[in-house]
Amino acid sequence: MEKFTTHTGVGVPLRRSDVDTDQIIPAEYLKRVTRTGFEDGLFAAWRNDPSFVLNRPAYDAGTVLVAGPNFGTGSSREHAVWALQNYGFRVVISPRFGDIFRGNSGKAGLLTARVDDKVVLRLWEHLEAEPGATVTVDLEARTVRAGEGHDAIEDSFDIDDYTRWRLLEGLDDIGITLSHDDDIAAFESSRPSWKPATLHAG
Amino acid sequence: MGKTLAEKVWDEHVVRSVDGEPDLLFIDLHLIHEVTSPQAFDGLRLAGRPVRRPDLTLATEDHNVPTVDWDKPIADPVSRTQVETLRTNCEEFGVRLHPLGDVEQGIVHVVGPQLGLTQPGMTIVCGDSHTATHGAFGAIAFGIGTSEVEHVLATQTLPQARPRTMSVTVDGDLPEGVTAKDLILYLITQTGTGGGQGYIVEYRGDAIRALSMEGRMTVCNMSIEWGAKAGMIAPDETTFAYLEDRPEAPKGAEWDAALEHWRSLATDDDAVFDKEIAIDAADVTPWVTWGTNPGQGAPLGGTIPAPGDFDEEIDRVAAENALRYMALDAGTPLRDVHVDTVFVGSCTNGRLEDLRLAAEVIKGHKVADGTRMLVVPGSARVRLEAEAEGLDLVFKEAGAEWRGAGCSMCLGMNPDTLSPGERSASTSNRNFEGRQGKGGRTHLVSVPVAAATAVRGTLSSPADLRPVAAR
Ligand code: SF4
Repeated sequence: MEKFTTHTGVGVPLRRSDVDTDQIIPAEYLKRVTRTGFEDGLFAAWRNDPSFVLNRPAYDAGTVLVAGPNFGTGSSREHAVWALQNYGFRVVISPRFGDIFRGNSGKAGLLTARVDDKVVLRLWEHLEAEPGATVTVDLEARTVRAGEGHDAIEDSFDIDDYTRWRLLEGLDDIGITLSHDDDIAAFESSRPSWKPATLHAG
Repeated sequence: MGKTLAEKVWDEHVVRSVDGEPDLLFIDLHLIHEVTSPQAFDGLRLAGRPVRRPDLTLATEDHNVPTVDWDKPIADPVSRTQVETLRTNCEEFGVRLHPLGDVEQGIVHVVGPQLGLTQPGMTIVCGDSHTATHGAFGAIAFGIGTSEVEHVLATQTLPQARPRTMSVTVDGDLPEGVTAKDLILYLITQTGTGGGQGYIVEYRGDAIRALSMEGRMTVCNMSIEWGAKAGMIAPDETTFAYLEDRPEAPKGAEWDAALEHWRSLATDDDAVFDKEIAIDAADVTPWVTWGTNPGQGAPLGGTIPAPGDFDEEIDRVAAENALRYMALDAGTPLRDVHVDTVFVGSCTNGRLEDLRLAAEVIKGHKVADGTRMLVVPGSARVRLEAEAEGLDLVFKEAGAEWRGAGCSMCLGMNPDTLSPGERSASTSNRNFEGRQGKGGRTHLVSVPVAAATAVRGTLSSPADLRPVAAR
């Protein structure tokens, strides 16, 4: 997993609350045998609507999604996280996330930043007034920033310490286990020779 | 204080143990198939990681494969893509694969034991909930999700919280004609589908010791059906006799060393289980399910229960819904229930011993008009061995369909499905709504009951059949 320290990218205002994982990616898009290519199914039901925010060229390069409360509730499908990442998102900002979605995101390296309702409102206004404007998410300082001058938005966000540590270090579950490689190697060298193997030398 | 079998095997596999974190367990054998592995391999590819121990990994094709025309390309595009993806992944990552057409191809839980790869005291995982089957050898074996499949591929370990332990002691003798399948269906009816939640269960007692390895696998297979994390049976002479001379079993001095270790695995006399259950084998009779979960079962000689027969509201509602879905009336004798399709197969009852038993019952009889019977061997090797004994001819003469190996109608991912409203007597393990095909109605049964049902066209036991005239 890539290390996440700070990220600056185009913010996308998604003015909706209670976006569940079926809305993030409908079941019919789950048949793929890869972990990639799910961007086509992202918000599939809304993508036909030309005025939907992702269909507006200014937000093409979007990497920071700013959504209303209760983002990612519902089914546990890991594909919801993959779809957002495949599309290009690195961060989702919302006042509240579905638990499983949040867990899955942490494992896959998608940052879910929990902020105050009013921060989301201000970000929405800013990103709509200036389509294509960027948002900076600083995981070390736990802050989100956007805009300049006296209208600048700067606030802190919530994330649990363990997930933050893992993202900063670029460690997924597998990465963490592999950091104990010495223990695994020591265990392997002590396994009895009569234990079965599926491949045989020669 | 002594240790249980499960505790001994667990402790032998702890790579790392830290307070407040799950144990990191080493995995001795990772079995994979086409349905739950593609995203795991893709995850490895994205992260640039290899399979850490291809030599402890084995793949086979089972869930999607057709049981007719298996030498032709798979017709269904989704199934074909999954199978082809498994093939390219195994090639790319150096994993041994037994593809369709190979003599060792078959249901992953039939293939492991048959090769002798499943051995006592191992940790075995697979992206499939019926991995508990392998516990019959005294292994800790359980199903995992796709992210965990990737984790095992990359690290050969899995972080796991230590489960609680439970013993199920079955004393006495199973009555004549009563099988391991009846025993486990009976147990699930008694405990409910959540009775084993959070436990590694050890099955013990005379009736368990008396079972063949095939019977023990049937019992452990369905552990998940009453919620258990895994089911185990301590290895004994029956286990060792089954394993000796299998292709992947240890040989010579290695065999002696392994045997000495395996004998040490039994639960110590002073070990303590977190929970204990005892049942009397003499109480078990041929058992069939009438509802839509494996815990909704009754003796074949009984009648369909009424929702009002249950004490708990939740069970009454479940019974009501199940009877509606199954189109059954309370009070109907189970023996009067007409069956359209009989399915003999699956990782529960698709081994050679099962096919022999089915052939023995059906020999000299005909499948009833208005009923079809599918016999699907658990693996290509089982199919060949059955054919060498002429079992295929017995089935064909009786009018049953003799098929190629795979999961088939156990879950209907291939073309072998029930049509809406069709009723089956199935030797598989799940009678959930739509499991064998949309709108299909499943009765879980033992092998002898399945075969007798095919002959009479209604749920039956071999005792209901007229004796075949001496020839
Ligand atoms: S036979 Fe049925 S239960 Fe067994 S592995 Fe196949 S689908 Fe799963």
